[in-house]
Order: sequence, then structure tokens, then C-alpha cells
Amino acid sequence: MTVADTHANAPSAPAFPQDRTCPYAPPPGYPAPETHGAVSRMRLYDGSEIWAVTGHAEARALLIDPRFSADRRNPSFPVVVPRTEDQASVETPLIGVDDPRHARQRRMLISRFSLKNVAALRPLIQRTVDDLVDAMLAAGPGAELVSAYALPVPSMVICSLLGVPYADHEFFESTSRELITAPTADEARAARQKLYDYLDGLVETKRGQDAAGPGLLDDLVAERLADGQVDRAELVMMAMVLLVAGHETTANMIALGTYTLLEHPDQLAALRAEPELMPGAVEELLRYLSIADGLVRVATEDVELGGQTIRAGEGVLLPTSVVNRDATVYERPGTLDVRRSARHHIAFGFGVHQCLGQNLARAEMEIALSTLIARIPTLRLAVAPDEVPIKPGGTLQGLFSLPVTW
Amino acid sequence: MRVSIDSNVCIGSGMCALTAPSVFTQDDDGFGVVQPGREDGAGDPLVKEAVRSCPVQAISAAEE
Repeated sequence: MTVADTHANAPSAPAFPQDRTCPYAPPPGYPAPETHGAVSRMRLYDGSEIWAVTGHAEARALLIDPRFSADRRNPSFPVVVPRTEDQASVETPLIGVDDPRHARQRRMLISRFSLKNVAALRPLIQRTVDDLVDAMLAAGPGAELVSAYALPVPSMVICSLLGVPYADHEFFESTSRELITAPTADEARAARQKLYDYLDGLVETKRGQDAAGPGLLDDLVAERLADGQVDRAELVMMAMVLLVAGHETTANMIALGTYTLLEHPDQLAALRAEPELMPGAVEELLRYLSIADGLVRVATEDVELGGQTIRAGEGVLLPTSVVNRDATVYERPGTLDVRRSARHHIAFGFGVHQCLGQNLARAEMEIALSTLIARIPTLRLAVAPDEVPIKPGGTLQGLFSLPVTW
Repeated sequence: MRVSIDSNVCIGSGMCALTAPSVFTQDDDGFGVVQPGREDGAGDPLVKEAVRSCPVQAISAAEE
């Protein structure tokens, strides 16, 4: 009997989700490949168990294996938090569908997120970041970095890319947060409906315009909706996925990335002395912080993985923070090292669902962090490190607020 | 070495062009392509990393 077998049969599999105690480290109670095996078991809120894949090689193999489905409409798709209890009732485009439907949706979008088109957005990102730093310096010393910087950067950029009016940011930021942190499915449904109505109204406005605007949604309305390649409900839901994923994820990375660098002054000093280290540092922060800390799939056939047999219809969970600290892939995985090659992390996922906006996210993080540390060289926390409020497990990981001063 | 990308499999992640830009780029539609004249891998050791980075394993780099 292997270690994994022992744990597979143990009555007290570790719970998922658990709250982080350190905002940039996996919860101490999560299973790790060296102690529990690469494929083990976790226990969900309703008492049911789920496979947990924590080995790096096994996680990558799973995420490219077409026998594992991302289809949230599949009744067997795991419900790992109460807010997704009704996930089967509505299609979640892009992230919650399988090929060929997924490929059709994604292919409508990829050119806008290519390296060349992201490079063309860099001046806009830099201007956005500079204006926000100017405003903080004028109002300071002292700022709440999430609301003054980390959230507005990606929010303004995704608005510009999609063609969503930034004037509406307070509404969609707060409603997005309601959607992804709702304690119950009813509350999630209510938030989703508010966002749906807002974006449906925006699509209606764009349909009525004589000349199409410059945003991705303008393109989709003019080129895809008009000739029936996408229907209206599907388009509105795609817009919702892009809008929510486009600002919440990167906002968490910028705030938590700043906190993490402030807590590692030697690493911060290296970045100040050698700004060309920043692209590698962003990769390392993606690995180290792993803010999307719980990818979910369901097996559609029996699959052997990591010495276990995952049966058709069984759910699997990938705590990315643990996978990205697999000691067989990364030396001293618990150490932040901006000089390491952090390649092959799964912070953006892997397989056909790997983050569509990953290169935009990289550019935003790189510019936001570089500019912040260059222009506010005395930046420091305004509270004790353990007083910074950490988001609970089972949501995108990050900080509710980050009081800083200089 | 003969480097090629299966365009039916590619999802346009850009990981190849990000990892080994001397050999890979993206076309106007966002799909990965081999740079003209670099189909032999141009001796770039990063080609191997790009193959491993591709999230859908669309790149083949066959030794001739």
C-alpha cells in the first residue's frame, strides 16, 4: 500500500478550501505530494470527497488530457463551494465548456490577446499606471493600494480592450466581487443577473450604433452577432467572463505581489538595482502566489494518474499553490527568488483552458510593479504585516486592502 | 531538427513566441507560427523549453 492509498482511505482527508495563514503560501493543511502522494483526497464542505492532484507532472498531464472535462453543466461536475451549487443551470462560456464549443468561443478572441496586440496596449497601461501614481503621490503620503492602484489598473485596461465604459467601474467591480465571493448560490445568481442585465444593455447600445467602437465587444457585435456566429446570450456571458476575469485576477496579483516584495526586501532591492529582472520576477510571483488556487475538472472516463484510478464521473481538484511548489521541479520551492526560472508553473492553468489573457496580465503586472517601486522608492506597509486582511480560501486569493505609506 | 506547429491544435497562448522568440512568432490571427527560415530551430536551446511550455503540445521538434 502506498502513502497515497493510505490517505485515500483515511477518514479525515484534508478540507478544501482552507484559509491561507500567510497570504502568499498555501494553507498549511493542504496535502503535499511528498507527504500525501501526487494524487490524494480532500474533503469538501458538504462532507463528500474529491481527488486532489498536487504533483506538478500529474497536474500538467491531467490538464492536457481530454478525458477530463471542464463542462460545468455536467451534473457530475464537482461543487467545491456553495456559490456554484446551481452551476449546471447556465453555461459559463470559455472556462466552463469543452471543445469544440470552447474552441469556437476562444478563437473569436485570441487575436486581441496576442503578444503583438498586448504590446500595443503597453503605452495605455503605462499612462494608466503613471496617472494613478501621480494621484497617490498628490494625496499622500499614505494610500490604500488595492483601491488606489491594484484594482484600477486592470479595470481601466480591460474596459478599454472590451469597450466597456470605465464610468461604470464601481458597479461592475462591486458586482463582480459579489459574484465570485457569494456565500450562497442564490446570492451568486443575483449578482450574475445584475451583470448580465448590464452587459446585455451594453450589447443593445452597441447594436444600435452607426459606427462600431474600437472595443472587442464592438467587434463581436458587428462581426459575430450580426451573422449569427454567436447568439446574444452566449455573447453576453462571454463578455461577463472576460470582464470579471480581466480585472479581479490581475488586481489580486498586483496587490499581493507588492505585499510579497515588501516582505522580501532583498528581492525588492535586486529588482530596484536590476529592473530587467522584472519579467522573470513576474513569472516567479505567479508561481509563488498562485492566486487561482483550486482548478476543478471531472473525469469522463476511468483514468490512471499518479498510481490512483480516477473513475468516470469523479471530480478532481488542483490546488495550484501546492502544485507550483513541487520540490521535484523547483529548488527551494518555498523561497521567493526573482532570479530563478519559474517556467512551467500552472498559475495560468495548462491545456486548452490556459488563461486567454495571460500575456496581458504579464504586461500589466510588469508595468504596475516596476513603476510603483521606481517612483515610490520608500514604499512600505502602513500596518503590521499580519494585520493585512487576507481573502478566504475558495475564492481568488489576495488581500482585501493593503495600507501603504512612504 | 524540423520544427512545426499544428495549427489545428494551437490555442494562441503565445507561449512559444514568449519562450523562444527567435524561432516562433504569432500570425495576425494570434496563432503560433515558426519564423520563416527558422524551421530548423536555428540551434536555439529554448526550442525545447517552448515545446514543454506549449499548453496544448502543438509543437513538434523532430530530430532529422
